[in-house]
Amino acid sequence: MIDEQLKIELSRQGIFTTTLEELYNWGRKNSVWPLTFGLACCAIEMIATTMARYDLARFGAEVFRPSPRQADLMIVSGTVTKKMAPQVVRLYNQMPEPKYVIAMGACAISGGPFKQGYNVLKGIDRYVPVDVHIPGCPPRPEALIHAFMTLQKKIDGQHLSGADRPRHLNEALPSEFVVPEYGAHDLEPRSNDLVWPLPMSKAVTQG
Amino acid sequence: MTIEQVQSEIQSAIPGAKVEIILNPSPSAQHSLLLDHEHVLAVATYLRDVSELRLDYCSNVTGIDWLPREKSEKVKVKNLVEGVEQEVEEVHKTVVPGYLEVVYHLFSVEKKHGPVILRLRTEDRAAKVHLPSLTPIWRAAEFQEREIFDLYGVIFDGHPDLRRILMWEGFVDHPMRRDYVEPDDYEYEPTPHDHVLQRSREESGRH
Repeated sequence: MIDEQLKIELSRQGIFTTTLEELYNWGRKNSVWPLTFGLACCAIEMIATTMARYDLARFGAEVFRPSPRQADLMIVSGTVTKKMAPQVVRLYNQMPEPKYVIAMGACAISGGPFKQGYNVLKGIDRYVPVDVHIPGCPPRPEALIHAFMTLQKKIDGQHLSGADRPRHLNEALPSEFVVPEYGAHDLEPRSNDLVWPLPMSKAVTQG
Repeated sequence: MTIEQVQSEIQSAIPGAKVEIILNPSPSAQHSLLLDHEHVLAVATYLRDVSELRLDYCSNVTGIDWLPREKSEKVKVKNLVEGVEQEVEEVHKTVVPGYLEVVYHLFSVEKKHGPVILRLRTEDRAAKVHLPSLTPIWRAAEFQEREIFDLYGVIFDGHPDLRRILMWEGFVDHPMRRDYVEPDDYEYEPTPHDHVLQRSREESGRH
């Protein structure tokens, strides 16, 4: 690795140094293309974020792709009903790696005000891995921009090699997740154990 | 036109039609007409087409689930108490069987009046849940009758496309019925209390 001070000194002399990892992550984090995909009122805030006042284009994410094959980011903006959940997971499976998910708003992260309802999924994170959760009902555009910047930081910190390399560089990790099926009363399975291990429930109830 | 006038108009135009006024004791005083299954299509067509009413707009269709309920009446009965005839109050309890009810709110765009409210009742809540569909008269009722079919289980005879609309095909039961049992899908909550806390302790003991 090149010394940080030396790098600064070289740049003063007009010499630009970088690593492949930095260049790769810099390119990726500034061209996160979201999937055109809205589910409820959060989608209105998402649309507002892309418009002139909040201008998501500043982050290189203004190109909403209508096809999952061209998208890098799925913004789950709104209530995911149990009827809709299989389609959401299927869209996620159709996106090529590397792919990311922002769960936007109370409904997408937990079911929100409809948590006790019979037809609302209690958070999309039980079927697909979520990178950034945003609370709020609905979150303001600033919150979505903050989620974007959090995601960009996450992308920037990823290493191309090593044990902690991201999923898309690790062949052992899955890129597709099980699509739930409609059961008699609920979705089957109710959650995917690969992404939803319920880590906190034991800690809270035993503590 | 008052509700009594509407009732007498219907009864004179369609002989044999049973029209019962259901009074609404609340300040809104929106009284409604209970119709019989046999004549409802003729009555609806009449209400839509007759020049004084012209109820051309069906704004809302909704369902109600009435469970079997106990009705108690106080009746004064003459009884022989210790050889002396006395008036004694007795409470008679009768069980009113449960039924499903569908309510139609009709307005006239042409005459600028309304609402005229129609009610239809099924015979019971289990087997005899058929009602004539009013979709052939007011096309606006199509989706709402589908919703009532989905959530309450009323079967509308003569509906052009009676399928579930909110829940998926293959879903068992009708979620808006009062005796609907939700799927047992307890999940961790960040601040459990009362029965949720109790349940979470049981859950953590199981793992």
